[in-house]
Amino acid sequence: MPFQPIKFYQTGSFVVGNRLLSEDQRSVQSSEDRTNSLTLGHRACQGCGEALGARYALDAAMRASGNQIVVANATGCLEVFTTPFPETSWQIPWIHSLFGNSAAVGTGIAAALRAKGRHDIRVVAQAGDGGTVDIGFGPLSGMFERNDDVLFICYDNEAYMNTGVQRSGATPPAARTATTDAVGPHPGEDFGKGKNLPLIAMAHEIPYVATATVAELRDLEYKVEKAMSFHGARYIHVLVPCPLGWGSAPSDTIRLSRMAKETGLFPVFEAEGGDVISVSKIRHPLPVEEYLRPQRRYQHLFRPQPNTETIGRIQAIADKNISRFGLLQSEPE
Amino acid sequence: MERPFAITLEVGTSRHNKTGTWRVERPVYLDRLPPCNEACPAGENIQGWLYHAESGDYELAWRKLMEDNPLPAVMGRVCYHPCQTACNRGKLDEEVGINSVEHFLGDLAIEKGWVPETARADTGKQVLIIGAGPSGLSAAYHLRRQGHSVTIYEAGANPGGMMRYGIPKYRLPREVLDAEIQRIEAMGVEIFLNHKVEDLSAVLAEGHFDAIFLAIGAEIGKRAYVPAGESARILDAVNFLHSMEGQTPPLLGRRVAIYGGGNTAMDAARTAKRLGATEAVVVYRRTRDRMPAHDIEVEEAVEEGVEMRWLSTVKHADAGKLLLEKMTLDEKGMPVATGEFEELEADSLILALGQEVDLELLGNVEGVVVADGVVQVDRNMMTGVPGLFAGGDMVPGDRTVTVGVGHGKLAAKNIDAWLRGTNYSRPERHELAAFEMLNTWYYSDAPQTVRAKLDVARRRSTFDEVVQGLDESNALFEARRCLSCGNCFECDNCYGVCPDNSVVKLGPGLRYEFDYDYCKGCGICVQECPCGAIRMEPEII
Ligand SMILES: Cc1cc2nc3c(=O)[nH]c(=O)nc-3n(C[C@H](O)[C@H](O)[C@H](O)COP(=O)(O)OP(=O)(O)OC[C@H]3O[C@@H](n4cnc5c(N)ncnc54)[C@H](O)[C@@H]3O)c2cc1C
Ligand SMILES: Cc1ncc(C[n+]2csc(CCOP(=O)(O)OP(=O)(O)O)c2C)c(N)n1
Ligand code: SF4
Ligand code: SF4
Ligand code: SF4
Ligand SMILES: [Mg+2]
Repeated sequence: MPFQPIKFYQTGSFVVGNRLLSEDQRSVQSSEDRTNSLTLGHRACQGCGEALGARYALDAAMRASGNQIVVANATGCLEVFTTPFPETSWQIPWIHSLFGNSAAVGTGIAAALRAKGRHDIRVVAQAGDGGTVDIGFGPLSGMFERNDDVLFICYDNEAYMNTGVQRSGATPPAARTATTDAVGPHPGEDFGKGKNLPLIAMAHEIPYVATATVAELRDLEYKVEKAMSFHGARYIHVLVPCPLGWGSAPSDTIRLSRMAKETGLFPVFEAEGGDVISVSKIRHPLPVEEYLRPQRRYQHLFRPQPNTETIGRIQAIADKNISRFGLLQSEPE
Repeated sequence: MERPFAITLEVGTSRHNKTGTWRVERPVYLDRLPPCNEACPAGENIQGWLYHAESGDYELAWRKLMEDNPLPAVMGRVCYHPCQTACNRGKLDEEVGINSVEHFLGDLAIEKGWVPETARADTGKQVLIIGAGPSGLSAAYHLRRQGHSVTIYEAGANPGGMMRYGIPKYRLPREVLDAEIQRIEAMGVEIFLNHKVEDLSAVLAEGHFDAIFLAIGAEIGKRAYVPAGESARILDAVNFLHSMEGQTPPLLGRRVAIYGGGNTAMDAARTAKRLGATEAVVVYRRTRDRMPAHDIEVEEAVEEGVEMRWLSTVKHADAGKLLLEKMTLDEKGMPVATGEFEELEADSLILALGQEVDLELLGNVEGVVVADGVVQVDRNMMTGVPGLFAGGDMVPGDRTVTVGVGHGKLAAKNIDAWLRGTNYSRPERHELAAFEMLNTWYYSDAPQTVRAKLDVARRRSTFDEVVQGLDESNALFEARRCLSCGNCFECDNCYGVCPDNSVVKLGPGLRYEFDYDYCKGCGICVQECPCGAIRMEPEII
């Protein structure tokens, strides 16, 4: 864990709050005064990880910036479920743009603020995985290259959910989507495709890159706060399960995020200037099967019989992450 | 209203959209019964008092504990803690050291001189309690808190029953016992010592009292016929241990044999060791796993050099030696004689074969039913005689201090109801907080803090207390290992993890509320509540 974990307090820093901690040790989300950047009445599905991830991240950014942020948002679920005109769920300055250009809009806002001498106001741009790794990739890479003073947050639910679960460059191998059907000799998304945007971002050697999940709030808040302490281009990639697209129980959203990290399939780490500076160790190692089984997008791996070969290939991906990032801890925490 | 160009609808917040209508199931907060609470024979709300100890409010923790048990310092030493056996944390790493925290709180209360809440206004009712053992004292305490006048007739020279005349000092220092009994006396409980009730019917006939609680224990050592030569030295464990309180201890000789496999046998053996016996051998007819003595006691006895002779019975006792017959177990686990014999050198033999109730005082009181040597009571602890209640070792059940305390409390509640002309109804039992209902991911890994023990050399020669208490930081750590099974401990998880902001935080100590106008019923809160304090229920449409 990159931040100082709180020990011996029954639940340590694993839970959102903890009545035994002093106020300044508590998370943003535990506070009755949190911004609720995203307010009641939004139309995200039951158990939407993206709605949760966005509130977690933006509330933390609000606190870190003294409530001085402007947010540019790409099209995607996060935009559609929050702002069906004339309603809005946003309680922060927020601007909608297009599916592919939130990084460019963020860059523009940052330039305008600089021109006006408003150094106190910070810019956040955000998008789904489609808006980040596919159509929005060019503007984002440009933003990284220019080191524009924007924090870009990708909410990765591993497909184009808003338009009916089409594959994206972040869809994992073997996952079924509307465009990677579970038919043929290699059902679901192909192995060997897709992009790892956190690593690509690191290759740009921007000041700060981090990954996080909605399962570890304290870690996510820490990373947003840390990102806000830098100027220049920063990138946070948050895994946000989507019950609709993944075919998982709405109540399993956090559990699945946790399992994604614990299996090693989704490494949680942070990097400065292109170098990994810390990784979240696996607490209770888990075979990938446990993570795959509850999701209907992987159902074809288990029916009629378990497809051990494909499951093995997915396990190999996890194992590679584990050794590449050093995810195992020598001693239990 | 003036609107911007091309805008036709008024802009507003999404709060207009009451997403609660999507719901088919709703989360509800509830309290479940922690397994520790369920297992405690004294009916303590363990999770409840640990909750306060966790925040360092030891006085409040102690007060919460005292609602059910007036003897925490005693209990923290002698209770066999079935609560810990049931504790859910045992399935995670190691059970919570409930008993050691209780020990700590009990000692702290004595040190700080905390006193129980004052009694309710006097009811004018008179209750007689016969016997000042744990059961009688517990009943006295609870009745006094209800405002009744309480008198205890106690046969012994000092109150405490087997806590004083059975359990040795090295497990329960007398200052601790005295302090907790004095606290009860200070509430206005009058104890008449050296006041043995010989004839219950006479007391009943006098009619001084509105209700009576009998708690005379089971204090006669069971006799087994052991053929013995004239100069064989045979003693009874109960009398032997009793004599440790102020009388001159009997001469045992160098080699002592103890016959029996219960806790009393262990205490007799350990006491013999401390009195200077070079050999103390427990003779038991079955095997260790079938011994009624608790594991810890056997362990501690062995540490102190007590030897065990399993699968053996005493056939004949003579001066300086015993004839033992070897046994085997049949398939039902019953011991059967083998016809093989051996000798054991022993200067004296202490019989620790269980205790019986001295029923003499009952005389021919009509309505009191005795079966299997114990007095029968209904679920309200009342005997067949209206207004005459009984509890502790003299009624059916496990014979422990804790059971006695629990009986005393239950009897007090029923006596109170009886005196008020009502019926005591037990509060509804909450559903059990089973391990499977917890989300244990959230708990930090933390092994149990073990209470230190006196070094063995001193244990063999002195009556100093063997098990030492925890200090403040250890006790706090241990309390904080509690998972708070089934009862919200305000971790804010539900408040945080709701994607629809539909959990309302009500402030410290006030817990939370669902905003059903917006809750979509995803159930994440239920899944992510560490302690299982939320349940999904079908929406009634
Ligand atoms: C050696 C030994 C060790 C033990 N160790 C433990 C232990 O570690 N943990 C544990 O939980 N339990 C232990 N027990 C069991 C425990 O002590 C008893 O279960 C418990 O004390 C029973 O409480 P009670 O109030 O029913 O009876 P008692 O404690 O026996 O008290 C009965 C009281 O009634 C008085 N009395 C009897 N007859 C009359 C009368 N006619 N008139 C007036 N007064 C009368 C007696 O003098 C006595 O004070 C031990 C028992 C023994 C013998
Ligand atoms: C140029 C363009 N092409 C296609 C679309 C349709 N469209 C809107 S959102 C979306 C997919 C969004 O996917 P992602 O960015 O992963 O966000 P999610 O909905 O999964 O959160 C698509 C294809 C569009 N709005 N603009
Ligand atoms: S489709 Fe998925 S990402 Fe979109 S609102 Fe529903 S749960 Fe959230
Ligand atoms: S963890 Fe706490 S509440 Fe649960 S059984 Fe153990 S002591 Fe009781
Ligand atoms: S999640 Fe935490 S705060 Fe919510 S009910 Fe459970 S224990 Fe209480
Ligand atoms: Mg997506």
